[in-house]
Amino acid sequence: MKIKDVVSIINGRVICGEDMTHLEVQKGFASDLMSDVLTLNSDDVLLITGLANLQAIRTAEMSDISCIVFARNKKVRKEMIDLAKEINIILIECSDSVFKTAGKLYKAGIEPIF
Amino acid sequence: MHFEFEIEAGDFSKLGFASSQLKTILKQLLGDHKVIRRVVVALYESEVNVVAHAYSGKVIIDINTEKIEIEIDDKGPGIEDIQLAMEEGYSTASEKVREMGFGAGMGLANIKNNSDEFYISSEVGVGTNLKIIAYLK
Repeated sequence: MKIKDVVSIINGRVICGEDMTHLEVQKGFASDLMSDVLTLNSDDVLLITGLANLQAIRTAEMSDISCIVFARNKKVRKEMIDLAKEINIILIECSDSVFKTAGKLYKAGIEPIF
Repeated sequence: MHFEFEIEAGDFSKLGFASSQLKTILKQLLGDHKVIRRVVVALYESEVNVVAHAYSGKVIIDINTEKIEIEIDDKGPGIEDIQLAMEEGYSTASEKVREMGFGAGMGLANIKNNSDEFYISSEVGVGTNLKIIAYLK
């Protein structure tokens, strides 16, 4: 699924990386625990989290995750946007809970990693 | 090729700098290679440990055509029981570290999983030394 379709399904707001929303994601993972994200070994993964800090961006960088959805109305700060722009990661804000966001995307065909 | 980086303990805003630099270097050297994610994740987890537990740390990286060797040496409280620290779920991390999204007691095990060879030694009151080796194959 293209990331721009993800944005429309979850009614998200693209904070940065709009020019990369033609990229595809196949699988999704939802966690506030970055230690869990760091154990993944999959490509084209979308991360859904409620943890809005620099470490979420860094963790995505190390795990080759190109798109993060910040759910339950968490706000992305400027320092996070600066880092995400530097390393080409798409940041999306979304008002729904992690559960609802993941549910909508699962229903639309985004696969779980396990 | 030889690189060295300092890690500032306690400073979460700079956490991941060494790993990010390593990722950039390896992408330039190897292009898309599956070893990159493994060593970069292993180093990032190690950086988390230094920032979370130690007083200061140093990363030494050596890359040749055969393998990537990373040494992480910290000055800090050290680990009393390494076997226990290696167990998934065992953690001594503070509340602050947990708020950052870490401290679940999975770091050392994940570093080992992402290495071909992994060595750890520690002295209480002095510090901890990790060596991570990944082969390019």
